[in-house]
Amino acid sequence: MLRRLATQRLAQIRHAFNPNSQTTSRCFSTALNYHIDTPDNKTDLPWEFSAKNQEKVKEILSHYPSNYKQSAVIPLLDLAQQQHGGWLPVSAMNAVAKVIEVAPIRVYEVATFYSMFNRAKVGKYHLLVCGTTPCMIRGSRDIESALLKHLGVKRNEVTKDGLFSVGEMECMGSCVNAPMITVADYSNGSEGYTYNYYEDVTPQRVVEIVEAFRRGEKPPRGTQNAKRINSGPEGGNTTLLGEPKPPSCRDLDAC
Amino acid sequence: MTLGQLASRALRTSRPSSLIRTIISTPDLNTSSAGAAAVSDAPPPPPPDRTPVGGARVHFTNPDDAIEVFVDGFPVKIPKGMTVLQACEVAGVDIPRFCYHSRLSIAGNCRMCLVEVEKSPKPVASCAMPALPGMKIKTDTPIAKKAREGVMEFLLMNHPLDCPICDQGGECDLQDQSMAFGSDRGRFTEMKRSVVDKNLGPLVKTVMTRCIQCTRCVRFATEVAGVQDLGMLGRGSGEEIGTYVEKLMTSELSGNVIDICPVGALTSKPFAFKARNWELKGTESIDVTDAVGSNIRIDSRGPEVMRIVPRLNEDINEEWISDKTRFCYDGLKRQRLNDPMIRGADGRFMTVSWRDALSVVAEAFHQVKPKEIVGVAGKLSDAESMIALKDLLNRMGSNNVWCEGNGLNVNADLRSGYLLNSGISGLENADVFLLVGTQPRVEAAIVNARIRKTVRATQAKVGYVGPAANLNYDHQHLGTGPEALTEIAEGRHPFSSLLKNAKNPAIIVGAGIFERKDKDAIFSVVEAIAKQGNVIRPDWNGLNILLLNAAQAAALDLGLVPESDNSLETAKFVYLMGADDVNLEKLSSDAFVVYQGHHGDRGVYRANVILPAAAFSEKEGIYVNTEGCVQQTLPAVPTVGDAREDWKIIRALSEVAGVRLPYDSVDAVRSRMSTVAPHLLNLDEREPTTFTAELKPECSEKMSKDPFANVVDNFYMTDAITRASKIMAQCSALLSKK
Repeated sequence: MLRRLATQRLAQIRHAFNPNSQTTSRCFSTALNYHIDTPDNKTDLPWEFSAKNQEKVKEILSHYPSNYKQSAVIPLLDLAQQQHGGWLPVSAMNAVAKVIEVAPIRVYEVATFYSMFNRAKVGKYHLLVCGTTPCMIRGSRDIESALLKHLGVKRNEVTKDGLFSVGEMECMGSCVNAPMITVADYSNGSEGYTYNYYEDVTPQRVVEIVEAFRRGEKPPRGTQNAKRINSGPEGGNTTLLGEPKPPSCRDLDAC
Repeated sequence: MTLGQLASRALRTSRPSSLIRTIISTPDLNTSSAGAAAVSDAPPPPPPDRTPVGGARVHFTNPDDAIEVFVDGFPVKIPKGMTVLQACEVAGVDIPRFCYHSRLSIAGNCRMCLVEVEKSPKPVASCAMPALPGMKIKTDTPIAKKAREGVMEFLLMNHPLDCPICDQGGECDLQDQSMAFGSDRGRFTEMKRSVVDKNLGPLVKTVMTRCIQCTRCVRFATEVAGVQDLGMLGRGSGEEIGTYVEKLMTSELSGNVIDICPVGALTSKPFAFKARNWELKGTESIDVTDAVGSNIRIDSRGPEVMRIVPRLNEDINEEWISDKTRFCYDGLKRQRLNDPMIRGADGRFMTVSWRDALSVVAEAFHQVKPKEIVGVAGKLSDAESMIALKDLLNRMGSNNVWCEGNGLNVNADLRSGYLLNSGISGLENADVFLLVGTQPRVEAAIVNARIRKTVRATQAKVGYVGPAANLNYDHQHLGTGPEALTEIAEGRHPFSSLLKNAKNPAIIVGAGIFERKDKDAIFSVVEAIAKQGNVIRPDWNGLNILLLNAAQAAALDLGLVPESDNSLETAKFVYLMGADDVNLEKLSSDAFVVYQGHHGDRGVYRANVILPAAAFSEKEGIYVNTEGCVQQTLPAVPTVGDAREDWKIIRALSEVAGVRLPYDSVDAVRSRMSTVAPHLLNLDEREPTTFTAELKPECSEKMSKDPFANVVDNFYMTDAITRASKIMAQCSALLSKK
C-alpha cells in the first residue's frame, strides 16, 4: 500500500514539473512506426539521387566491402534526407534499398530506429533544442517555450511558410555551454547542408537567431555569449595561462 | 503444448525432496544398530535415465568431437557446436523460451532462457551460448529462477489483459510459462502501451498490442518463407512488428506464423473466436490438396472441422504446412453432396434412395458395350477407392480407367518415372537443382520450402526452365521451353558444366509435362541430361518428378493406366470418381455419366446420376505422396447426410450390377491392394525406387517448340474442396500474385 501511495505521489510530482507531457511511452521519432500514404509521400512517387549525389553515393559505398553494401545504409539515408529537404519519404527509402541491394523493410527498420531520420516533413531550418539534464537545469525549457511561442507551432510541427520546425534532441555534448540549440539547415539541399550548434543561448538570443535565418543570413555558430571563447570561461582563462611546465626528466646527456 | 507438460514437471520438481524422510518401522527400532546399518548400507538408487526432451535428437557428425557438459549435475555428451539450451534438451531439461525456435536463426532477445553457468558472473542466454567442454549448467538454482521470474514480469508489463478474448488462450506459451516460471504478482502500476493492428491479409489476424517482440515471425518470413516483408520498426518499448507500408503477406507459407507466434498477436483470422483448443478433438491425418502429403492434425468439435494444424514430420513437411492446406477446411462445409440424385427427364436432379440410384447405374452399365465404359479417378481419391473402381470396371470388361493429371499415354512401368526419387528430405543433400517445367512454389509449397532451405544453407545453384516465375530463392532462368533442355543436354549451355561438376545434382520435372504430347521426347532429353551429369547413381537418384495431385502416385502404383487415349470420345458410360477437371467436351450427348464425389463442383453439371461420397476428413484412406511415402488419413468427422465411403459405394454397385467384388471390409480392400502393390500397406514408410530409366527403350518422338506453361494458375483454387472454400476465394482475390 505504501508503494502505491509513493507511486501516486511521484506521478503528482512529475505532473507538477512538466504539465505538457502526457506521453506514456517516450517516442522521439516524429512519425509513426507505420506508413500512411499522403499526396507527397507515396510508394509510387519516383525518387532518385541527384546526379551530384550519385557521385557521393559511389564514394560512400567505397568505404565498405563490396559484399557488405548494407553497411552503407545510414550514410545513404542521411544523404537522401539532406537531398529531400530534411525528411525521408518512403520512395527515398526504397531507392536506398535498391542501391544497397536489400529488401526495403530492412531500410525501414533502420530509419524507424534512429530518431534523427525524419520520416515526416520538417522545416527548412530544423531547430533542435537539447533537453537533457545539464541543459535543462540551465533553462532549456524556457528556450523551447520561447521558440514555440515565437513561431506559433507545437513541437515537431512545421510553420506555415515551411521554414522552421522545432524538435527536442538528446545531449549533444555542449554541456559546458548549456543551454544550446542546433540548427539543421536543409535550405540548400545536400550541398549546402550544415548542422551547427548555437550554444549559451538565451530566450531572446534564440529568437534573434531564428529571425536571422528567416532573412537568409547565417548567424555565427558556436557560443552566443560574446564574453566566452568556445568553451572557455567568461572573462578568459583563470588557469593554463602560460606554457605548461614539462615533467621533470633526468639529465640525458650525462653518461 | 509441450510447455504445458513443462509446467507440471516444474511444479513437481520444485518440491524439495530433502523433506521426505524414510519411516523406520518398529522392529528395526529395537535393534538400533542393525536399523542404522540397514538405512546407511543401501546405496542411493541411480538417477533415472534422462531422455532428450522437446523433440531434440542428437546427431554426432564426428563422434570424436563429442564434448561433455554437466546439466544439473548430470553428465551428457553432445556434439561440438551445440548451444547450452540444446545440451539441456538432450539432457532432458526443458528450458523456457520465447524467441528461440529450433528451425530459425538465434535471436537471443527474449532472455527467458537464462540459466546459471558456474564461473559466469551473470546468467547466460542458453539459446545463444555455445556449450564448452566441462561446463556446469544449472537450471534450477535460485538465480535461474529469479531470472525467469524477472523476465516474465517484464514481458507481462506491457502485455494486455486479453486472455478471455485472445484466441491463443489455452495454447499460449506466455500463459504456460508464467504459470510455471513466473511470480504470482507484478509491480507495474503505470499505463501500458498499445500498438496499432496491422493488416496482413485475410488469413493472419493481428493484435499487435499482444506482441512480445520475440521476432520469430520476422525470422520465419525472412528465412523460411523467403519474403522479406516483416520487420521490427522503432526501438525500445515502442517497437512494433509490421510491414511499415501497407502490404499483405502473400507468401504461400504465411499461415505458419500463426503457429510460431508464442502469444496471441498473430492468430488465424478464419478461426478467430470460433473455439478454444481444449474443446477440440485432434485427429492425425494427411493433407490431400497437393501431392506433398503434409502431416496435419484436424481439430474438430463435434461434426465440424474447426481448424487444421501441422504435425511434425521431419521427412516431409517439418513443421510447416501451406496456406491451402491450412485454410481449405471451410470448403468441407459448403456445397456438399449429401443424397444420391438422378437427373430426371426435365434435366433437374431429384433426390432418390441409394437403392434406386444404384439400380439405375447398374442398368446403364449393362446397356453399353464394354469398350464404351470409362472410369476417371479424381485428384483426391484414396487408393482403396481407386482399386475398387479399377476392379469394378475390369469385371465389366473395360480397362479404360485412369487418374486425373496423369495425362495421355500414361507409363506406370517404372516407379522412378513418376516419383520424387531423392525424397523430399533427400533434396537437402543436393547442390545443384534443375527445375524443368515446374513452379514448385505453387505446385508443392513445402517442397519449395525445402529447396529454399538447401539453397540458403549450402548456396546450392538452381536453374529453372519454364515461364517466368517468382521463386523465393536465387535462380537462373535458363529458358522457357524444350530447346533450353536440348541445349543443356548437348552441353552448349553454361549450366551443363555446373551440372557435370555437381556432387549431388537434382533434376525436378513437373507433372505438367505429362499432359504434353511430346512428353516422351522431353523425358528422354531429361534422361540424357541425367546420364551426363551422373544424376542417377546407386547412392543418389536425383531425377525427380514432382506430382500435382494427392491421388496420382497411388493411381500409378495400382496400375490405373487406360488402354486407349481417346476413350472419352467413344464412351457411352463415364464413371467420374471425384474427377472435376476432366475435359468432357468431346463426350457424346447420350453418354451416361455417373459422378461420385463429395462436392457439387464441375463434374456434376454433366452427370446423370450423383452418388455422394466422403471427403478426406471423413474417411480412412491410403494416399501416396509424390516421393512414394504411403500415409493414411483418419476420419475426423462423420460424413454429411447419406454419403458413404467411395470404395463402399463401388462395392455396393458391384453387387447390384451382378459383378460382386470380393471384399467387404477395409482390410479386405487393402489385402487386394497388396496383391497389386504390396508397399501400400507399409504405412508411413517410403518405398525407394529400384529400377531407373535406363531400362526404358529409345524414344523416337520429336519435341515440340511449345514453351512450358504454368500448370497451376491459381494456387488457392485447385480442387473441389478449395474451390468451394470461402477463405480460398478471399485469398485468391486478394493475395494472388499478379
